[in-house]
Amino acid sequence: MPANRFNGFSDYGVGIGLRVPHYDHIFAEKPVVDWFEIISENYMVDGGRALKVLDQILERYRVVQHGVSMYFGSTQPADREHLKRLKTLTRRTKTPWLSDHLCWGSVDGRYTHDLLPMPYTFEAVKATAARIREVQDFLEIPIAVENVSSYAEFHESQMTEWEFLNEVVEAADCGILLDVNNIYVSSQNHGFNPFDYVNSVPAERVAQIHIAGHSKFEKYILDTHDHPVLDSVWHLYARAIERVGPTATLLEWDDNIPSFDEVHSEALKATQYLTPTEVLIPSNSAVQESAREVVHS
Amino acid sequence: MNLLELQRRMAEDVMRPLTPDFQMQLATSNGRSTHELASSYIKPNDRLSSFDRLEIYNRQYWFRVIGAVSEDFPAVGAVLGAKKFDSMVLAYLRENPSTSFTLRNLGSKLPKWLESHPEFSPRRHALLLDVARLEWAYVEAFDGADLAPLTAADFGDLGAASPLFLQPHLQLLDLRYPVDELVLAVHRQTAPSDIMSNAVTERKQAKRTRLPAMRRSQIHLAVHRYENSVYYRRIDPEAYRLLFALQSGNLLGQALEAAFSGSSLSAEEQAAKIQECFAHAAELGWFCKPHEI
Ligand SMILES: [Fe+2]
Repeated sequence: MPANRFNGFSDYGVGIGLRVPHYDHIFAEKPVVDWFEIISENYMVDGGRALKVLDQILERYRVVQHGVSMYFGSTQPADREHLKRLKTLTRRTKTPWLSDHLCWGSVDGRYTHDLLPMPYTFEAVKATAARIREVQDFLEIPIAVENVSSYAEFHESQMTEWEFLNEVVEAADCGILLDVNNIYVSSQNHGFNPFDYVNSVPAERVAQIHIAGHSKFEKYILDTHDHPVLDSVWHLYARAIERVGPTATLLEWDDNIPSFDEVHSEALKATQYLTPTEVLIPSNSAVQESAREVVHS
Repeated sequence: MNLLELQRRMAEDVMRPLTPDFQMQLATSNGRSTHELASSYIKPNDRLSSFDRLEIYNRQYWFRVIGAVSEDFPAVGAVLGAKKFDSMVLAYLRENPSTSFTLRNLGSKLPKWLESHPEFSPRRHALLLDVARLEWAYVEAFDGADLAPLTAADFGDLGAASPLFLQPHLQLLDLRYPVDELVLAVHRQTAPSDIMSNAVTERKQAKRTRLPAMRRSQIHLAVHRYENSVYYRRIDPEAYRLLFALQSGNLLGQALEAAFSGSSLSAEEQAAKIQECFAHAAELGWFCKPHEI
């Protein structure tokens, strides 16, 4: 399951986001990290330090691109300049797959720079899936769409968020970046059972998983990426792995960023879920066993 | 409401300016209740009204865009003070919402916009303009393209009718105040940051920096990148005019004429200046092959 056509048949384990405050540590200590996720937009520039750093990272590490401004759900046509720059970057990083969010954020040429929630309608399914296909065709690499956390629901919606996700990825024939923290945040904000969500995701399409910390306010939860992962999110993660199999997992920590070691060790807690306990006991299925070895190599 | 209508409705609501204490406004500019507007398309839940839910996005939008512009203009912020700076950024963004997928370009029109908005600092307007120009030049120099520099052989082929191209990261500034010192002092205090996907909960304020005193005194600056660091290099007026003329697309002969028209320098002094300017520029790799189209 983990190596599938939606993540370029790769076998990535636990990664962390590449963040500016960690650059010095990474170059000085050269820590062992399975892979780094980069925010594409930070490197879609013409020149300068960001690209130099990226090239140095690429010499030693595997990098996967994650975007924040593709807005698959926006009704306006795709921005050609954006797509061209993104494609140039994918050639540089050789990212096996590329993710961005199942959301919208721009209309009539104006950008909110936010990940705004979709109305879960059949019209939106059709429009979004068409856009994902267009981007996938242009970039010529697998696309995984990430579920966002949201603070609002629309009267227009005709289905649940997970039904919407399923409809979109089927229609677009694309992968999923399953963010279990976002599922948890939205479940608290909208009053649904997060396990219903995780249990309904088409397991064979999950290319990658995000875990993160969040902030709880009096009346809602915000997806702030500024804390360790909460137990309830680990529980969802465990369930997701149970369904999907060991899958490329990334910890997002974007604000109040602690030391590299702290972020990395928090991320590596995921390993205990990724290493199925059955591996430790003799298995009667040699095929299963060797499959797992490939996964963890 | 179809998808496009809903997105237009919500974008307008999310981008509507906040109240002075960063809350969602109770009415639109033409008097419509925002409570009613929010209820027309957003469901309430047991804890939050439609208005409350929309307000989360409305606040996040402004915190994010104000934050992005502020990060590029910390010295403008230091000159204006936090309160005036926030209202200036807000006024700028109301007129110049983002039209690009990247936040990188959000402040690009600020120096020009500020020219016709002296109200934020009537007495120090000229100084503020210079600071804004230099801070935007820094952004351009920081990640502008760096093309293959000309080689010694390329220089040998040059004549009066040759065009000469400058690195896209090189920014030339004609300033009335020596604001390089001021901007450097502030930039030393500010950490770089990135575009992220997380929610924004607050408006982060920069630390206050002691600013060096500024007396009016014209300077010319070349803001450029060298080995991935941005430098401010003071250049003399002739060098500025020469490089500026080249950057504007003039041929070498025309640019030299522009540099020394009305100059009181003797022919030898002019030749020495040209020599010096070219030597420095070539050493720093400022001349490059034509940009690919
Ligand atoms: Fe995420």
